[in-house]
Amino acid sequence: MRAVDAMMECLKAEGVDAVFGIPGGANLPTYDALYDAGIRSILCRHEQGAGHAAEGYAKASGRVGVALATSGPGATNLVTPIADAMLDSVPTVFITGQVRTDLLGTDGFQEADVMGITMPVIKHSFQVLDPREIPHMIHEAFHVARSGRPGPVLVDIPQDLSRADIPYDPSEAQKVDLPGYKNFAEGNAKQIRIAAKALANARRPILYVGGGVVNGNAAEELTELAVAGGFPVTCTLMGLGAFPGTHEQWVGMLGMHGTRTANYAMDNADLIVAIGARFDDRITGKMSEFAPRAKFVHIDIDPAEISKNVPAHIPIVGDTKLILPKLTAEYRALEADRARMDEWWQQLRRWQEEWPLKFEGPKDGDIPPQRMIQALYSVTGGEAILTSDVGQHQMWTAQHFHFTKPRRWINSGGLGTMGFGLPSAIGAKVAQPDELVVCVAGDGSLVMTCQELATAVEHDVDVKVFIMNNGYLGMVRQWQELFWDKRYSSVDMGSSPDWVKLAEAFGARGMRVDQDADVEDAMREAIGHEGPVVLDVRVRKEENCYPMIPAGAAARDMVG
Amino acid sequence: MGEPGTKEVLRLEDLEAAGNIHTGRKHVLSVLVENKPGVLTRVAGLFARRGFNIGTLAVGPTEDESISRITITLDGASHPIDQVTKQLHKLVNVIKIRDLEPEETIAREMALFKISADGVSRAEIMQLADIFRGRIIDVSSRTVTVELTGTADKIEGFESMVRQFGLVEMVRTGEIAIARGRSQT
Repeated sequence: MRAVDAMMECLKAEGVDAVFGIPGGANLPTYDALYDAGIRSILCRHEQGAGHAAEGYAKASGRVGVALATSGPGATNLVTPIADAMLDSVPTVFITGQVRTDLLGTDGFQEADVMGITMPVIKHSFQVLDPREIPHMIHEAFHVARSGRPGPVLVDIPQDLSRADIPYDPSEAQKVDLPGYKNFAEGNAKQIRIAAKALANARRPILYVGGGVVNGNAAEELTELAVAGGFPVTCTLMGLGAFPGTHEQWVGMLGMHGTRTANYAMDNADLIVAIGARFDDRITGKMSEFAPRAKFVHIDIDPAEISKNVPAHIPIVGDTKLILPKLTAEYRALEADRARMDEWWQQLRRWQEEWPLKFEGPKDGDIPPQRMIQALYSVTGGEAILTSDVGQHQMWTAQHFHFTKPRRWINSGGLGTMGFGLPSAIGAKVAQPDELVVCVAGDGSLVMTCQELATAVEHDVDVKVFIMNNGYLGMVRQWQELFWDKRYSSVDMGSSPDWVKLAEAFGARGMRVDQDADVEDAMREAIGHEGPVVLDVRVRKEENCYPMIPAGAAARDMVG
Repeated sequence: MGEPGTKEVLRLEDLEAAGNIHTGRKHVLSVLVENKPGVLTRVAGLFARRGFNIGTLAVGPTEDESISRITITLDGASHPIDQVTKQLHKLVNVIKIRDLEPEETIAREMALFKISADGVSRAEIMQLADIFRGRIIDVSSRTVTVELTGTADKIEGFESMVRQFGLVEMVRTGEIAIARGRSQT
């Protein structure tokens, strides 16, 4: 069997039903095998789009996303999605063509050392040197991508080797032989007991929940712990949806643009239980003044995260889905008195009352950007998968859309990749065709990957793109306004492109709205239309995203 | 140190002080890895990314041909070393890592010294080599080459003694280390 045909069998054995990519010289054999392999091939318009689509597919479904690219420029265009998938722990497999083995290292046509280029930003990579290894490596790549802390894995295949005739034994190929690759799952029972005791003794506890709970499919288990103890819950940007944003114990997102209640709660807590979260600098603000009164329980599947940024008093290494039920059971057995937290809850309620998310309503009928997100929430009833780009619109969506389920909020948190929204929406819609998928785009971001509108139209991937269009690189403009004396250096995007015409040029429907009163109707119409729609929402131009922990400041010094 | 987004101008001295974390004791890391292409790049890259300057590096086969051992020495305060070993563990091809305790470890390296030697100093150099249990492995009309095995301290001791004669070249292998007694490295 040709190695590439064996590879298709391996992909199908791994449950792959769609791949995203672009063919080229070095992966011609792969695409030849894909032609009638029974796997849906989504031809993207740029490899970066293919990579982000694979991420969107993975984030929406929990399955491994796959992107294909040719050698050289095809492979280097995947670098950003690979780094993105690494920082947000997205299970993805990238399969690149490489020049023939006799050309390796000779600066052959379209040769780039993609193994070397991606090494610092990837979970693991395989260079095929013997075609008989291909089936085995594909299965190992999937195993590494999805197990432990998920992440991106690369398989780089020289063109000549992919054409080889090789023996293929499916059961032999699926045997994983990675002696150095170990993952922790169960969590130390004694540590879990100590953590339960700490929770039972805490008077001001808070659960600080990150993307690890979404990745670990442990949202139900988390909610059970929170409800069993009556603990307040906050989530990171990546954790949104792990706990219902409509729940009475929800205190909002934390971090740089989190709610005051969540950040003040971290500042005043006596026990912080970090679950699948990594104390990123956007969470801690000024590290020396972060949560000065708290002891930390840190539950994470990656031992390297424990005590990396903040020393953990009670570390528990393992899978959130296995650890949380044990922690809940241990906690219940202690029969702690809930009244110990009465004062804490009174304090939290006072903060919530005093500091709700607020903004100035429409002036002369203009559209405050926050209103746009509220309108989206009201129109969809919260029943949608949202993707976003990076910037103000991302933060406003995180603040004002109340995610009630995991895998409904898909964005680039760690790397902060502008242009992530549209391709990831395409991936999400391919993975979950029955769900409404809306990309909340920034006008600065969308222009970076807007070529993927062609992908959506050609492949009938019905995504809705709602642009929060303020004509600026808004978040950078906000920083220039607040911290750089309003010297607006290269942030004005002007009025180009004409998004309606651009959408129509790609064969999508284009719409525009600039009056607050019309926003909801326009959204309903866009959602009701069959096929991709770009809705250009002209929002108020110079609105700032608040509240905010100014750079280098402590949580208690939030502004706005 | 200032956030990337703020206007504050940073002084060079402050930047240097903030980066000055390579002050701890010497560490000897013994790393067992799969004997596969590219593994050394992954290991070395991990140190480079965190700004660690590797002191010495020795790689060789072990009793199991599918496994190689990398012995790395470096300076570092204990916290960053801890981060680096945790990150090393995450490399799929890394099987085992030990940060060897100096008192429970035997470490050796080999060095070759090419020393300027005329008639008078040749005898003196040979005497010194004898004291340090070195061996003369090559002699020419103007140089003597000495082979020496021992701890890094001993090799540095010999180096400082022979510098006065004119050290033409020195080659060191970097330390290899093994645990004392019955315990496994």
